[in-house]
Amino acid sequence: MRNPPLSRNIIRGAVHAPRHHDSAAKQVTGEALYIDDIPEPKDLLHLYIAQSEKAHARILKLDVSAVRQAPGVVAVMTAEDVPGVNDASPIAGDDPVFAEDIVEYAGQSLFAVAAETIDQARAAAKLAVIDYEELPAIVTVEQAMAEKSFVLPTREIRRGDATAAIKAAKHRLTQRFDIGGQDHFYLEGHVALTLPGEDEDIFVYSSTQHPTEVQHNVAKFLDLPDHAVTVEVRRMGGGFGGKETQGAWFAAIAGLTTKLTGRPAKLRLDRDDDMIMTGKRHDFVVTVEMGFDDKGRVSGAEFIFASRCGRSVDLSGSINDRAMFHADNCYYFENVTIISHRCKTHTVSNTAFRGFGGPQGMLAPERMMDAIACYLGKDPIDVRKINLYGKKTRNVTPYQMTVEDNVAPEIIAELEKSSDYAARRRAIRTFNETSPYLKKGIALTPVKFGISFTATHLNQAGALLHVYTDGSVMINHGGTEMGQGLYIKVAQVVAEVLQIDIERVKITATRTDKVPNTSATAASSGADINGKAAEAAALEIKERLSRFAAEYYGAKLSDVTFLPNRIRVGNQVISFRDLVQMAYMSRISLSATGYYRTPKIHYDAETFSGRPFYYFAYGAAVSEVVIDTLTGENKVVAVDILHDTGKSLNPAVDLGQIEGGYIQGMGWLTTEELYYDDKGILKTHAPSTYKIPACSDRPAKFNMKIFERGENVEETIFRSKAVGEPPLMLAISAFNAIADAISSIADYRLYPELDAPATPEKVLMAIQKISETARSNKLTEAAQ
Amino acid sequence: MRQKIKYIHKGEIVTLENIDPTMTVLNYLRYNQALTGTKEGCAEGDCGACTVVLGELVEGKLRYQAVNACIQFLPTLDGKELITVEDLKAKDGTLHPVQQAMVEANGTQCGFCTPGFVMSLFAEMHSNPKVDRLHINDVLAGNLCRCTGYGTIVEAAITVAQSNAKDKFHATEANTIALLAALEKEAGLQLTWQDRTYFAPKTTDELVEILARYPQATLLAGATDVGLWVTKQHRDLATVIYLGQIRELKTINTQQGGLKIGAGVTYSDAWAPLAELYPDFGELIRRIASTQIRNSGTIGGNIANGSPIGDTPPALIALGAQLHLRSKDGRRDIPLENFFIDYGKQDLNPGEFVAAVTLPLPETGSKFATYKISKRFDQDISAVCAAFNLTLKGDVVDDIRICYGGMAATPKRARKTEEAIIGQVWDETTISNAVASMTEDYHPLTDMRASEQYRMLAAQNLLRKFYIETVTPDIATRLVGEGGLAYA
Repeated sequence: MRNPPLSRNIIRGAVHAPRHHDSAAKQVTGEALYIDDIPEPKDLLHLYIAQSEKAHARILKLDVSAVRQAPGVVAVMTAEDVPGVNDASPIAGDDPVFAEDIVEYAGQSLFAVAAETIDQARAAAKLAVIDYEELPAIVTVEQAMAEKSFVLPTREIRRGDATAAIKAAKHRLTQRFDIGGQDHFYLEGHVALTLPGEDEDIFVYSSTQHPTEVQHNVAKFLDLPDHAVTVEVRRMGGGFGGKETQGAWFAAIAGLTTKLTGRPAKLRLDRDDDMIMTGKRHDFVVTVEMGFDDKGRVSGAEFIFASRCGRSVDLSGSINDRAMFHADNCYYFENVTIISHRCKTHTVSNTAFRGFGGPQGMLAPERMMDAIACYLGKDPIDVRKINLYGKKTRNVTPYQMTVEDNVAPEIIAELEKSSDYAARRRAIRTFNETSPYLKKGIALTPVKFGISFTATHLNQAGALLHVYTDGSVMINHGGTEMGQGLYIKVAQVVAEVLQIDIERVKITATRTDKVPNTSATAASSGADINGKAAEAAALEIKERLSRFAAEYYGAKLSDVTFLPNRIRVGNQVISFRDLVQMAYMSRISLSATGYYRTPKIHYDAETFSGRPFYYFAYGAAVSEVVIDTLTGENKVVAVDILHDTGKSLNPAVDLGQIEGGYIQGMGWLTTEELYYDDKGILKTHAPSTYKIPACSDRPAKFNMKIFERGENVEETIFRSKAVGEPPLMLAISAFNAIADAISSIADYRLYPELDAPATPEKVLMAIQKISETARSNKLTEAAQ
Repeated sequence: MRQKIKYIHKGEIVTLENIDPTMTVLNYLRYNQALTGTKEGCAEGDCGACTVVLGELVEGKLRYQAVNACIQFLPTLDGKELITVEDLKAKDGTLHPVQQAMVEANGTQCGFCTPGFVMSLFAEMHSNPKVDRLHINDVLAGNLCRCTGYGTIVEAAITVAQSNAKDKFHATEANTIALLAALEKEAGLQLTWQDRTYFAPKTTDELVEILARYPQATLLAGATDVGLWVTKQHRDLATVIYLGQIRELKTINTQQGGLKIGAGVTYSDAWAPLAELYPDFGELIRRIASTQIRNSGTIGGNIANGSPIGDTPPALIALGAQLHLRSKDGRRDIPLENFFIDYGKQDLNPGEFVAAVTLPLPETGSKFATYKISKRFDQDISAVCAAFNLTLKGDVVDDIRICYGGMAATPKRARKTEEAIIGQVWDETTISNAVASMTEDYHPLTDMRASEQYRMLAAQNLLRKFYIETVTPDIATRLVGEGGLAYA
């Protein structure tokens, strides 16, 4: 229905009401266009990128003459063909689009072939003659630490004297563990399509979360002004952070092809190339030491994080900062030291991924809470509670931000009750006594996640709103749609402000020529900042229409009320459409921009202090698992989630984010394993070898609820909270539940040495180890 | 032979000629026909974004099955009905019941996997839809979604199963059946395009002849492996002989005390008969790949490709299966275990093909079990796959056959381990000795699926698990599958 009947009592698409994804009907019919679905333009060239086979080597020779001669080949592009700067990095200028004399990871782009068909381009690329002088490759964090190989200097946060506090504490515990990385595995791989325009202009369709950065990188690469490059993205087939920075490389190469040949060009990575060539979640090696009293209250905590950043900086600085910012999670650590090493390795440059370092940082304290509880023979929930941030005291984070919106205690208490945690924990222990081979485990973990870009300047957004003379509205903003429901949320905001049915609001593709200088759709900020910018634009229009109506009818401004699809002015009621028409005739501007910048935030990157976050999003989950102690196989069987979305803009969308986030986090911590061989070659680069959760991995019992009392204490868009990233970390409960199940083998006296992801192998090895330790402890006890 | 591909789309016969026979159905749809609703997510049959539905006549009845378009070669459409996501919506814009259910349940986020889910659920709606969650998990095991966490999609599946809705494909069933029946009568297919040739014979006699002429030809059954030679390795297949049109190879029957499975029988079709004889074999089939892959892949292909990590050979070898080979020179029957000589090397002469495999019927008193260990329960390749077939006389082991996949260059029997058990009392001491012997049988590799240490330990523990299950059947040992604790 193009123009459904207007509603009278309440508009369709108001905020806080559940609403389907705006593209749902197009998605189920296959009509929703992704970039590779756009009808291919005439004369389209297809691109293939030849990649380094070595992790670290000097290129002695790169002879592409045979490639140029191959059938169908129109252009071959190497570093020498770049008119501008051979770089497509977000910040540091260290991501060459084409390798120059050195390659620093297997999969690095050497040159690109443009041909009439993709098969021709691929076949031609194989004809290059490349001589490498292989150099020693640093593949793992351990190797990088030994070689002192870093992409950025080591950073520290210190409050009090953690070393002294740990030393003085009655009890001390240390945990060291590995956390694996994670591939984004968005279903749609990276893709760029470029079209030539007048004046050397380039139009770019890019599957990117950051159109502005793609625009800037393409312009820089081609030595064009920014205004010559326009980037559009209507939707992505998933992003999860993987399309925040690295899509720029592919847009740049397609753009170069168009510039050199004057023809449209498409570069679409197939799954293997996408997984080999583009970055992932950082894997971490973590060491944590804590000192605590008999109740488990922590007096001193020391965290040492070392992450695999890969060959370049990309966003590793902010990602590792965020890991440091989340080493406290919901807990007050009076004396604390957080050290973060950012390792340079000869592997793909790791990048943003939902949570952005937060998940790795948060796993550390959550594991410690369980380890401390195990050591003291307590219920981990009691150790957690005693360490939670206070409301009035014990409420300052290690980075000197006061926690003003702490609802973690309420959420934990409510979930503890609704999930029947205590009874289930008892039942599990009873079960484990009588089940010799299959063991169950349970864990409750909370989440407190800081919302805002830690790079303060990114916390701004713009919107563009047009009202046409029939009263229909077009909204455009800087945020991108990758499935998370941002477009529908922003459209709801506009519908709500103008009190018009949502069908009257046209949702349009994100374009750099409509709203400029935008930030990436990242850091869960999409709805927060773009929603506010759209609201500002809509309020501007509403203000103009109100003033016009008041003047027209000789009424006071306060007598103008926006009702569903109509406006009351005193005793007069006029439809929105008619008012717009009249305003137009009276020469009132019906187009407005909106702008927003997040208030209150400030932060000193040098001293790690200030208020990097506008507010925190909270949640908690209880996961229950079963493990097979003979094989290490494991399964999450039940989960209960209570999550704080503030006053949700769209509960249907938010529940989708919560469930999807949990399952994605569960995959990260259980089945998803990235395997590099000792030469630095990634061996898991397709779904046949890299296992994201499938349908049956979803726990059979999945209870989730939005925290009903949730309301943002800050003045966010309709008091909602960001929801993209926080729920991913609810899955830490699944990992901890597996550890709990393993611990049962040692009568809960020992805490297992379990690395993530908890594959059958990791679990079985942890079982072997804990069994041996338990045996030798028993022998020692017996001997005494 | 016939030179043109004929398949049914939108109620009409489509004829194709002069076309690359190793072009995938997906590339044909997307880049030749501009039907871009069907997506490429992986080009290896693992993610399901490319799912389309094929209609076929089975004993005169119309059967719809989901398959992965990304690895199916275009000429394999011949004689079938093709249905893509674009075909579901009504002319007046009304969504198909499956599509409507997906929208209502909020089953879409980024939407890229969505057409594949829609097509899997469409095939399910036309099969025997069940509300049972375990069943739905199996139906959707081959469709990966990275956004939703699946709950909303499962909800949509339940809605569809409960609705008993009918659609336009039900309404036009008679016409479709008539068209398919007409195509059935067509001769075999021979396509030539540039330097590529494709044959789809209709009888084994024709196959024998063609294979004798082209002994180096690639034999194509379900394309779940061969398809990847093209989509992943970008190999140029000069001559392809497709077995999927040979009815004789698709038979499955019980004879002379055994179950004979033709080489063209898919996992889906073999599932029920195998499960009936050996419940664990049924569970193994459930765990092999996904619905789409089971609808295409064959047991014969799983054997013939000689992979050390094929899942059915260990079970078949443990059961003492016989392999039936055929060529112009005649027929040859060998024990299946002798077929696997070394990595990539099978006892198969030029011009010879795998015709069928026969496994014996269960013997009273014998106990069979098989286990598959992988990082993910569904749609994953085994790190270790094990099969045990035990016959006891009293408490003494009369015979045991043990075979593992993933432990050696081929599926391989654990002879030393078996020797340590046969003739001994079936007790813990025997098992401990046998487990120790296993290091003489295998020297497994380390790769991305598992380390050498894990493979050995898991293999040893699976023997322990088998023992435990035989002596204390009441103790829970299984996580997934029928009666698995994960769903209890």
